Amino acid sequence: MSASGVKQVPDTETQIRIAPDGQSIVKDDIKWVMNPYDEFGVEEALRIKEKFGGEVTIVSLGPKRVTESIRTALAMGADKGVLINDPSAEDSDALATARALAAVIKDMEYDLIFTGQRGVDDDMGLVGASVAEILGIPQLSVITKVEVSEDGTSVKVERPVEGQTLTIESPLPALITAQKGLNEPRYASLPGIMKAKKKPLEEKTLADLGLDASQFGKEARKLKVLELTPPPQRQAGKIIDGETPEEKAAELARVLHEEAKVI
Amino acid sequence: MDFSLSMEQEILRNSVRQFAEKEIKPVAAELDEKEEFSYDTMKKMAELGLFGMFVSEKYGGQAMDYVSYIIATEEVARVDQSHAATVAAGNSLGIGPLYYYGNDEQKEKYLPKLCTGEALWGFGLTEPNAGSDAGNTQTTAVLDGDEWVINGSKIFITNASTRITTGITALCRTGTRKDGRPELSCILIESGTPGFEAKEMHGKMMWRASNTSELYFEDCRVPEENLLGERGHGFRQMLETLDGGRLSIGAMGLGGAQACFEMALNYSKERVQFGRPISNFQVNAFKLSDMALEIECARLLLYKACWLRDKGKPFIKEAAMAKLYCSEVMYRCANHAVQLHGGYGLMKEYEVERFYRDQKLLEIGEGTSEVQRIVISRLIGAM
Ligand SMILES: Cc1cc2nc3c(=O)[nH]c(=O)nc-3n(C[C@H](O)[C@H](O)[C@H](O)COP(=O)(O)OP(=O)(O)OC[C@H]3O[C@@H](n4cnc5c(N)ncnc54)[C@H](O)[C@@H]3O)c2cc1C
Repeated sequence: MSASGVKQVPDTETQIRIAPDGQSIVKDDIKWVMNPYDEFGVEEALRIKEKFGGEVTIVSLGPKRVTESIRTALAMGADKGVLINDPSAEDSDALATARALAAVIKDMEYDLIFTGQRGVDDDMGLVGASVAEILGIPQLSVITKVEVSEDGTSVKVERPVEGQTLTIESPLPALITAQKGLNEPRYASLPGIMKAKKKPLEEKTLADLGLDASQFGKEARKLKVLELTPPPQRQAGKIIDGETPEEKAAELARVLHEEAKVI
Repeated sequence: MDFSLSMEQEILRNSVRQFAEKEIKPVAAELDEKEEFSYDTMKKMAELGLFGMFVSEKYGGQAMDYVSYIIATEEVARVDQSHAATVAAGNSLGIGPLYYYGNDEQKEKYLPKLCTGEALWGFGLTEPNAGSDAGNTQTTAVLDGDEWVINGSKIFITNASTRITTGITALCRTGTRKDGRPELSCILIESGTPGFEAKEMHGKMMWRASNTSELYFEDCRVPEENLLGERGHGFRQMLETLDGGRLSIGAMGLGGAQACFEMALNYSKERVQFGRPISNFQVNAFKLSDMALEIECARLLLYKACWLRDKGKPFIKEAAMAKLYCSEVMYRCANHAVQLHGGYGLMKEYEVERFYRDQKLLEIGEGTSEVQRIVISRLIGAM
């Protein structure tokens, strides 16, 4: 049995615009996709299921539109989905999100939980770790290889560190955050998409999970976004003129010193 | 009125788009250059489920609606027209007639492998002397005892000579009707039947990675039960098959136009002349806005035609309009896109060059633009 946390993020090709409040982005015309790192997690969960049997459940927190990402994971081969859809949870921070996900997962029978190592939107990388902490299970982060033992009681994983590979072993259940390189996620096949239509997808509110709504949403954030600014416009490059290499070098040194003021 | 697609259709679009960009795009230019049909990408398209999309699960199909089939074709066409041709012809022309007119035995025998994409099937209508005038079919099939004896030839038949082609449907003259006109019937001919030869055609300007063949029949004998549907219904079957096929050609035009638009927009925002991106010159911005406008209209018309078909409403006029309009929109988009690329647009290094060549077939295959206008003229009572 494994659970996979899935987040919906703006497609990386989407042009991001900052909303008038200066703290969030305009969400109306965004094309939403499953967080790419979560796709690695879903794929790995499916491969383990294919080898050992069991079920894969997709858990996500977000508005109704997230159903599409969950259905995509179901079309890839996952068995069922749970969407925590509650207006009070909108704009929750990573900790609150983890609380909600953990509340769903704790009542399930599970051996492995996968999340992406981070969301490509906020780049926090906190949800996976927080879920593991709340559930009190080991957390294996930024993983590029997963090997479950034949008897299904432990897992051996690899994490790239500074040009080397760290091999870690852990008892199950455990939580793994997926890194690029873990696998090549499959496409949702057409027959898969049709089958996914009939798979169960439950919707829950915070109250259904016995959670206190006041711990969620914008007001309860431990981390507050003060300001969002677009990246600075790239300035055009400057070509250093000069007759000889020596002249050019001298001019370069002058520009770096006087204009750029870096030396 | 509701213009939104279903969630399944959105997921399908995303999935096919990702697939086409990752699996087809990297090899499309090379296959075009070599004029080569790829068994590798064929296998991948098959695994994704791009064959048998509108066929019921009973025969191994995906049981999707026509809108879904068209979206999938559009997304493949946005990346490569040759691959989209394999999909469109495979489904509309290969699988379609077997599924709609075949008896249970024929369907059980042929469809499952065609729906998994392990096999392909051709649809042989066009002959050297019967193109737009397909009713003038010269290929004959004469019943001799319990066998049809077929003589004649076909030309330009898609998917008919690949290693995985298991057969073709041929429109044949099986006699003379009471009114003196030829009686036409469709007959199934398996690959490898003695007297039947399928020869791959080379030297195409477009769809170079799609398989096109000439077919020869010389005293080719097939069992009597290989008749598809009823004797004498061949012409009607062919017309109905083309009504559906036109929607998939429309999808190729739409996907191709979309690709040309995207390439043109990206390029003209980056290409700087006279100190600014060329998209800032109004003459070019207007080209791009015309492209966006026409693509929007093309999509609405095509999806509406598919929607009519899915609802079981008459759709023949709209299918002819969509085929005609989508292929002409792609013509204009490909033309503008190359123009905006300047000299680079004429070089193979830029993909727009391939789309410019590939476009031309859409105004010729499955009924030329002139034939579509004839169909529409008749349906609006002008002719
Ligand atoms: C790559 C490729 C793949 C193909 N795949 C298939 C396939 O799988 N199966 C199949 O059966 N066929 C296939 N075709 C054939 C295609 O459908 C024909 O080429 C098409 O129908 C036109 O016939 P033709 O080439 O004989 O042109 P013609 O019919 O000779 O037409 C020549 C010109 O005359 C015009 N014309 C003809 N009649 C009239 C009229 N009454 N009024 C006004 N103008 C007219 C036409 O519009 C055209 O401009 C394929 C063709 C190609 C190139």
